[in-house]
Amino acid sequence: MLRALALLLLCQLAGEALSRQFGLPVPGPVVGLVILALGLGLFARSRPGFDEWPIARLSDLLLGSLGLLFVPAGAGVVQQFGILGENGLALVALIALTTIITLLATVGTFIGVKRLMERAGS
Amino acid sequence: MNNPFSLWVYLSATPLLWLTVTLAAWIGADFLALRAHRHPLANPVLMAIIAVALVLVATGTPYPTYFEGAQFVHFMLGPATVAIAIPLVRHRKAISDNLVPLLAALVVGALVAVLSVVLLGELFGLPKDVLMSVAPKSVTAGVAMGISEKVGGIPALTAVVVVTTGIFGAVIVTPLMNMLRITDYAARGFAAGLAAHGIGTARAFNVHPLAGTFAGIALGLNAVVTAFIVPPVVAWLV
Repeated sequence: MLRALALLLLCQLAGEALSRQFGLPVPGPVVGLVILALGLGLFARSRPGFDEWPIARLSDLLLGSLGLLFVPAGAGVVQQFGILGENGLALVALIALTTIITLLATVGTFIGVKRLMERAGS
Repeated sequence: MNNPFSLWVYLSATPLLWLTVTLAAWIGADFLALRAHRHPLANPVLMAIIAVALVLVATGTPYPTYFEGAQFVHFMLGPATVAIAIPLVRHRKAISDNLVPLLAALVVGALVAVLSVVLLGELFGLPKDVLMSVAPKSVTAGVAMGISEKVGGIPALTAVVVVTTGIFGAVIVTPLMNMLRITDYAARGFAAGLAAHGIGTARAFNVHPLAGTFAGIALGLNAVVTAFIVPPVVAWLV
């Protein structure tokens, strides 16, 4: 488990270094994700029992409690509600409306394109 | 025995107490969410944030003092993002099977997310700096605050908006998709991660592992795409 944690940190560190050094618009942890996925993807084809690997179990632990990691930032948010000020109500309505629009546009495109491809394939 | 008040004065300034409060609030909130059979309204992130906020307000604890303890949890956001590589590898067949719909949904979703909030925000009469702060609202907090700063928004306001978007998206996504009778968990998860970043992804992992994986992909890809499209969109529209 300790080695798995070190591997995650190492990938993130490499990602941060690449992102900063080359001025990538991609944030460091996302670059780290790509590095780890490429490494594991090439590796896993010849390795059975991947789910039991320490890195897989650590990932399940972290992603199973992903919500916890947003609590510190969220608690700060409540203290900053003052800056919402007079725009508060308009902002809440705007967030609700546009989040629904975004969800619908994304899921609609995903399913629409998938059906078009299936129809073209058959 | 020491005066209990002086013990409180000592403990309330230690990272230990606030780290413990954060974990305890989460465990309590997640337990309640489980007891509510993961009902969308019983969102554990929202409940835990309310619990922590109530403790901070009741004890008059300043946020920076709290954050000294909570930062250890906050720090794990980075390694957790890297850890999304594992479900990605695990579900690589589902991803390659859905590659074209996934990329199409990414482009459309990212554009709609930014355009809808900027255009409707203008219609609602929001000031310029607020519009720039809300433009990257669908991407994960750290990235969104960076984008907001770059285009002249208020990063602190962006943080508020991003967390609110995440919670709202996580609460609404399941009833919305059920109402539309969408059963494709890859598509549902992808929409949750794109519109509601990590909080939507956390919800998706609670609903279905495949949904969680596609949410993670959307979260990662949208952070990149939105970083590219926000500057030209606000320059053009605002």
